[in-house]
Formats: sequence, C-alpha cells, structure tokens
Amino acid sequence: MSSEPNRANIKKSYYDVIVIGGGPAGLAAAIEADKNGASVLLVEREQRLGGILKQCIHDGFGLVRFKEKLSGPEYAERFTDMLKDTDVEITVLTFVTAAHRTSSGFDITLVSRDGVCTVSSKSLILATGCRERTAKQVFIHGTRPSGIFTAGTAQNFTNILGQLPCKKCVILGSGDIGLIMARRLTLEGAEVIGVYEAKPTPSGLTRNIHQCLHDFGIPLYLSKTVTRVFGSDRLTAVEISSVDKNMTPIPGTEEKIECDGLILSVGLIPENELAEDLGVEIDPKTKGPLCDENLMTSVPGIFSCGNALHVNDLVDYVSESGETAGKAAALYSQKNYAYAAVNANSDISYVVPEKITLDGMDKDVIFYFRSREIMNACTLTVKAGDKELLKKKYAFLRPPEMERLKIRFSADDLKDIGEIEFLLEGEKV
Amino acid sequence: MNIKSVQKKLDKIDGGSFKVSEADNMRIVTGTSGDWNAIISACQAAVSSDKNIHVVNKVKFTGGQDAPMRVPEICDNSLEGEEPDVLIIGGGISGASIAREMSKHKLNILLVEKESDLAMQASGRNDGEVHPGVDLSKGSLKQHYVLLGNRMYGDVCRDLGVPFERCGQYVGFTQKSLKPVIAAYVLMRKNIDGVKDTVLLSGEELHKREPNLNKDFKFAIYNPSAGCVCPYGLTIAYAENAVQNGVRVSLNTAVLGMKVKSEKITEVVTNRGTVYPKIVINAAGVFADNIAEMAHDMFFSIHPRRGTNSILDKKAGKYIHCISSIKKLTNNKSHTKGGGILHTVHGNLLVGPDAVETWEKENVATNPESIDNVFNKQRETSDKISKRDIITYFTGVRAPTFEEDFIIEKGRNTANIIHCAGIQSPGLTTAPAVALDIEKMAVEMLTGMGISVRTNTEFNPKREPIPVLRNMSDEERSKKILENPDYGEIVCRCEEVSKGEIIDALKSPICVPTVDGIKKRVRPGMGRCQGGFCSPAVVKIIAEFTGKNLSDVRKSSESSVILYGGTKEGEADEQ
Repeated sequence: MSSEPNRANIKKSYYDVIVIGGGPAGLAAAIEADKNGASVLLVEREQRLGGILKQCIHDGFGLVRFKEKLSGPEYAERFTDMLKDTDVEITVLTFVTAAHRTSSGFDITLVSRDGVCTVSSKSLILATGCRERTAKQVFIHGTRPSGIFTAGTAQNFTNILGQLPCKKCVILGSGDIGLIMARRLTLEGAEVIGVYEAKPTPSGLTRNIHQCLHDFGIPLYLSKTVTRVFGSDRLTAVEISSVDKNMTPIPGTEEKIECDGLILSVGLIPENELAEDLGVEIDPKTKGPLCDENLMTSVPGIFSCGNALHVNDLVDYVSESGETAGKAAALYSQKNYAYAAVNANSDISYVVPEKITLDGMDKDVIFYFRSREIMNACTLTVKAGDKELLKKKYAFLRPPEMERLKIRFSADDLKDIGEIEFLLEGEKV
Repeated sequence: MNIKSVQKKLDKIDGGSFKVSEADNMRIVTGTSGDWNAIISACQAAVSSDKNIHVVNKVKFTGGQDAPMRVPEICDNSLEGEEPDVLIIGGGISGASIAREMSKHKLNILLVEKESDLAMQASGRNDGEVHPGVDLSKGSLKQHYVLLGNRMYGDVCRDLGVPFERCGQYVGFTQKSLKPVIAAYVLMRKNIDGVKDTVLLSGEELHKREPNLNKDFKFAIYNPSAGCVCPYGLTIAYAENAVQNGVRVSLNTAVLGMKVKSEKITEVVTNRGTVYPKIVINAAGVFADNIAEMAHDMFFSIHPRRGTNSILDKKAGKYIHCISSIKKLTNNKSHTKGGGILHTVHGNLLVGPDAVETWEKENVATNPESIDNVFNKQRETSDKISKRDIITYFTGVRAPTFEEDFIIEKGRNTANIIHCAGIQSPGLTTAPAVALDIEKMAVEMLTGMGISVRTNTEFNPKREPIPVLRNMSDEERSKKILENPDYGEIVCRCEEVSKGEIIDALKSPICVPTVDGIKKRVRPGMGRCQGGFCSPAVVKIIAEFTGKNLSDVRKSSESSVILYGGTKEGEADEQ
C-alpha cells in the first residue's frame, strides 16, 4: 500500500484520478475529471502549469475553441483560471519516478523538494506531451559545436530566458515550431538564411508558411536537408544536400552555408516512456498509446491525451482530447468490453481512436485522422461492417493538417461487427 | 628482418616512394607520398621484431594537411615561473591516473590539459570496455599490463566511487565446424596470456544467458573478467582524487614548446606562462610524439586511427547485458574492425567502434559510413539493434605507434622525461597498472636527481562520489532530499538528474562550469532528448552558481558560445 504522503500540497494518499502533466491536455483532463465528480491530483514537473504553451508567445491559439486569437500563455490562463473553481489538487515541481499497477488501480511515486511519496488512484491520465527529434536522430554528421538547437529549445532560450541563441541561422524542417522560430528570430534581429525541408512538401500549417515565412521574405527550400555541420567550438557552417524521393542525400549536390545557428524542427515524438513501463500498447503509426473512443489505452484505467496520444497541430484539439480522457477516467469502472477495431486504408496515415467499445449504447465518437500524402478532390467513407456511416468530400487534404470528425453511432451500428473501416480515395498530387 | 630486406618490401609500396634507414634504435621512414594508406603500409612494413626499435614516420604527406593542434584561446600568466617537481602533460586516463598515484608522495605536481575538461579526446571517446586480456601478442607491454590492470579494476573503482560492472564478454561463432580450432586456440591463449577463466560455451548456454544474441551462434568464447566502466567518469574521478591529495590541475593549458639544455628539459612554454619542471611525464595521447619531439626525444611515431561509437536509447539496454561480438574466420585480410555491442554502466547499449587510419589527429567529426559499417556488422551479433534507437554517436582518435604497443619508458636522449605513449586499446584497462609503474619510475628519477621524495601522509585513496539519487531507494532518496531539497527538483527528465546533483558537480574538486562539463559529471542531457528540455535550465543553474550572465555560459571551450545576450525584450527587462 501507499506510504503516507509528506507533501503539504498532497493532502490525501488516494485520488480517483491522477493526471500526469500540467500542459493543455492535462489541464483540460483535470478540470473535466473534477466536473464529473472525481477527486483529482494534477502532477506537473515544472514550477508553473501550462507546459510548452508558456514559451509560445505568438498568437493563434484558441481559434476553434474560443473563436479568439490567443497567445500560448493566455490560452493556458483560461484553463488555470477554470482550475481555480475546482477541487483539483495540484502539485508542481513534482516528478513521477515510477508507476505501478495494483489490484485496485495504480501506485505513483512522486519526487519533489519535499521528498518522495507514493499516492494511489483508481485511474491514471497520461498527459506527458512530446519531445523533439534531435540532430543525431536525423543523422546529421560532423563536429559537435554549440549553436545547434531544436526549435523548442531555441524558443525556450528566446522567450523564457530572453536570450538570443544565434545571429545567422539555417532552419532545418518546416514543422510549425521551426516556422514560428524563423519569424521570432527575424523579429529579434537574427538573420534566417532559409528553411530547408527534406520532404517535397512543407510539414507545417499553411497559415504558418504565409505568416512566418512569406511575410518576412524567408525562403523555403524543399527536398533539401542538412547533411553535415562544421566548427569545433561554435557552429561555423552547415552542408546542405538535395535529397531524392527516399529522402537520401544526392552526392554532388552539397553546398556549404556559413551560419552560427542550426535550428531543427524535424519532428515530434510522443513521450510514452511511463506508459510503456506500465505495459501500455503503442500504435506504431501515432507513436502514442492505442486507445478506444474514451481514450483509454490497452491497460484498463490508463488514459492518454494531447501530444502524448498523437502529435496535434492545434492546441484546441489537445484540450478536447484531455476532456474526453478526463471525463472517462472519472467515470471509469472496471468492466470488460468487446471492441471493434478501427482500420484505415493506406492513404490514411493514422486514425485516433484505434478501436471502439461495443457497450450497447448510442454514442458520438470524435475521430482524428491525417492523410498520408497531399490529396485533391477526395472522399472519405466510414463503414461499420457493410453499413456506410459517413461519406465526406474534401477539396484537399494535407498531412500537416489533422482532420477531426464526429460520428454518431447507434447501438445498432455496433452490433456484431468486427471492424470499422476508414477509406480515403482521391487524386494524389 | 634486416634493414635491406625492409627496404625491398618498401620498394613494392606506392611505386617505391619510401626509404628506410636505421639509427639509434629507430627505423626512420622517409620519402614523399600522397597516399596515406601507403605511408601506413610502409611504416608497418618497417616494424622490427626487436621491441626496442621503433618506427619513426618522416614521410612528407602530400594528400592532405592536418590542421594545427587546437590551442585554447586563453592566454595569461597564471602558471608563469612555476617550478613543479612533476609536470604531467595530458588530462586523459593516463595523465589522471598517474597524477593520482604520484599524489601518494609529498611533491609539487602539476597536470596540464589543453582542453576545457579532462578526458576530452580518446579517454572520453571510447567504448569503456575493461578488457579481459586475450588475443594480445606475447611479450607486449599491452599484454603485461592488461592482466594487472583488469584485476585492479574492482578496487580502483570502489576507492574512486565509480560504477564498474564485470559483465563478461561473449564472442560468438556461427560456424560450428570451427569449434575444435577455437577450443585449441582458447587453450593456447590461456597459456600465452594467462587468462585462466576463459571458457567455451555451447550455443544453448549462450542463448540461455543472452537470449537476444544471434540465434545462429553455435558456440561462444566467454571471458568472465571483461567489464565496463564510464571512461570519462573514471578519468575525472582519478583527477579529482589527485586534486584532493594535493595535485594541481590546469585546464585550457597547452604545451607550446620546450627548452632542452644538456639533455634536460629546463623550460616548458604554455599559453599560461613558462614553467620549470624537474621532470616531465608525457601522457599527451595523439600528440605524444610531438611532445617527444619538443623534448628532443622523438624515437617513435603516432599514427592516428579513428573509431566511431553509437549510443542507443536505454530502452534497447534490456536486450543485451554484456559485451558481445561476432567473430568470423574469412580469407578477407583487410583490417575490418567493427567493435561489438556493449551494455554500458548507465544502461544504454553502445555499438562500435570501427577503425579507420587518418592523418588528422584531432578530427573527431563523424561520418555516416562508420555508423553504417558498424551496424551492418553488429546486426549479426544481435538483430535487436536498430539505427532508429540511436540517440547519439561520437568519434575518437586512437594514438597507436606502428609497433601497436605502448611506450612506457624514460627518455632515451633526454634525462628528465618519462613517456606514457602509444596508449590505445586496452589503454583504459591498463591505466591503473601503468600508473603504478610510472609512479615508480618518476620517484626513481627524482631521487636520482637528489630530490628527497617523502610520503604524503595525508594521502586518502578514497573519493566520495556525487550521490546518484535515481539509484537510491525511496527512503534513502527522501532522506537526502530532506537534507537538501535541491535533490528533489528534477532538471533532466530523461536521466532523472536533480538540481542538487548539478550543484554538487559545480562544487566538485575540478569545477568545469560548462554544459558539457556538467553533462559528463552528472548526466543532464545524456538521455534521449539530448538536452532539448534541460539545457536552458542547466545554463541557468550554472549562471546562478558562478554569478555569470547567461550568455557567459559555454558548451565546452571558451569559444563555444551558446547565447548571444538578451533579446530586445530581454534587454529591456534587464534595464
């Protein structure tokens, strides 16, 4: 059993729901779990709630949810304000070092400035966010100078510590944070030589390509990547190579560009080390837990949301998934359900959730999906067995832009079916 | 082989570009060539069976140019006029272990290292294997020291508070028909090397112990005495213990020249002033021949050889718990070293290293080919290794002589120098034993100069390590946090490093207040995010502790600037 907690702000040794991570997903999950009558503990490893939103001082957050353009900190504040009216207990500067399954739920070991303690819960929400892919993970070779930053780290240095991380830089990868940092560094007086993208199409949102690059005259180079870095102390130059269809550098196309900074926006990886320790099954497509429509993972009682579940491009949907998980975790009771798998054809890169519970009830299910490639004039068909549940036309679909669908399932739809199929058809560009 | 026969062999290399002459126990190879591999072949062909005779490479290489030695930017007089009894050149495993053993004596000892930290070259860029001592040539110094060193590891690491695991080494074979030959070979090696605990294991036994090694391994050589250690951790620990016992360590200090008078070094010029040592110990790694040359005592040559290792995510650590590699007997004679797979003391897997000859002593830039070659080979050791699990990779440069053996001896032409040169694998394993012998040689040399060497009665061989909170039980950890709440504030999430541990590193006997210095000591940034999350926090803690501006914190060297000062708003805030 759990030992006596010794933290002043952890009042109990048992909570219905423990939420790990105080970013947008965890905040929404905690509030929603509280609304549904659960006692909730929210655990945050940093000093302040808000997660990565704290360093996102640009606007554009909350357009879907609040119909307003908020900055990251403003968006987070909406939720921290709501949190004040709840009974959610919050512990900051607290790190989860271990989590175990017990017969009645979970034991979580927490480390903070007050010591080590163990708290128990009925259900667990993993809102642990994601991390950035590093230079070595995209096989950039050469020396190991200073001046190579992932975009998020550069953003932290710039916006939280108020320090300029480079004066003349190359940005590799057209992910959203890379585009945002291209603009941010330009505004701070740094020269951004260009954004280089190994893929033949940009990875970030179209609005960011316009607002962050075009408006500032920053060039975007496609099918090019950084293959080598130079400089034994601070970065002095990078080598850019063109890549073929398989994204393999083409010998002979190397070009050396002098710069003192290399900012990487080459992908985000959901953080699921804790989930894996708990035996949660991971979907190789999303790199997040395989979930049902309540965002419950393969381990009963463990729920996942936000960027730990799959990498989102809008915070609004992160919050939405937090709410789904929060409500379900609060209402969770140990029952065994049958499931119908959600399958998709190869033109869809992933669909979340990956399965639907067959509990004999009518329900609305929110799905998130991405196309694998840019497609025009496409049609999505969703079928439950032989029955067509939905047919939707899209003028175009782009992998960087996640699609959201709400589908109504009647109890009847889900009777005696093995799978739900997502079929996407259209012209590939 | 006499010198004429050697010349005949040389005449067949690179169109006869090379000449060899013999004098003063040296075989000097001269000529001009644009082919580095030809130069290596020529010098290797000139190696004598007489262990006292060394090959010196004086060939003019026209195929490329090695950059001048990296010299720190700092230029001051902090060491001007110093008269140490012992000057140790080089802060790698050799220099650091020698410094610690010398600190048992009441002497004025100064260790200089040109980089911003210890273990910055080969000692910080190797696989950390503590070798069992098989397959070394009979009568070599390597063979002599490797057994002594290996046996000392348990005690040395306990005294210095450094993790060491005697995890054992398996060399697997896929060809069953080789078993009798290998059995005979193992028996022979037992007699030659004195490694008595080597055994042959059946495939079944091997797979029971290490189920993720190649299923086709029919049998394996098992060396239970092999182990692994953190090579830079041990180097730092040795140097810290030396400092605790009175040695002074001067980082960012390069030896630029020497004055030799009547066969004695009288002055050593550095970027931080001229020092006047009684004796000099040359532990300068790839630059050991350059130091020897400055001392008018160059009777050997170093030919740099690169090796690249990859580190895999701790998630992959569960697959293999030992040191393992594959051995194939083929007709391919080319030197295709592909290293092995090693479970590090920190729980990662390390894959490598390879071996590539180079004329560049300090070029540690990595190349994709090295990683691909090593992975192609080691996938046959275990198919569980995947390039997708790589979190980082690094290249080191070994410092072999053409004889491929160590040089551990007093100067031949210069009276007050001791060389600890040609140190390459298994140099990490041998270091504890070599240091003891160099200590004896140095004491003898000083005594011979009429200097009385007294015992340092305050010598304490124990070094208290920085506590590693993540390895503690909850009770122990809680107790530590109650004593110092900083131990409860996790800064690096991947490696679970607390603020308290970082501050401990800043308070350690050899404070290196840089991001890399802290990373090497307590590991923030060593994990899968490679410092993405924690580096701003680490920079901040260093700045707060040292009282510097954020923009004054460096990655490693003085020129490795991280931040260029306040942003527009940041500056406004400061005003």
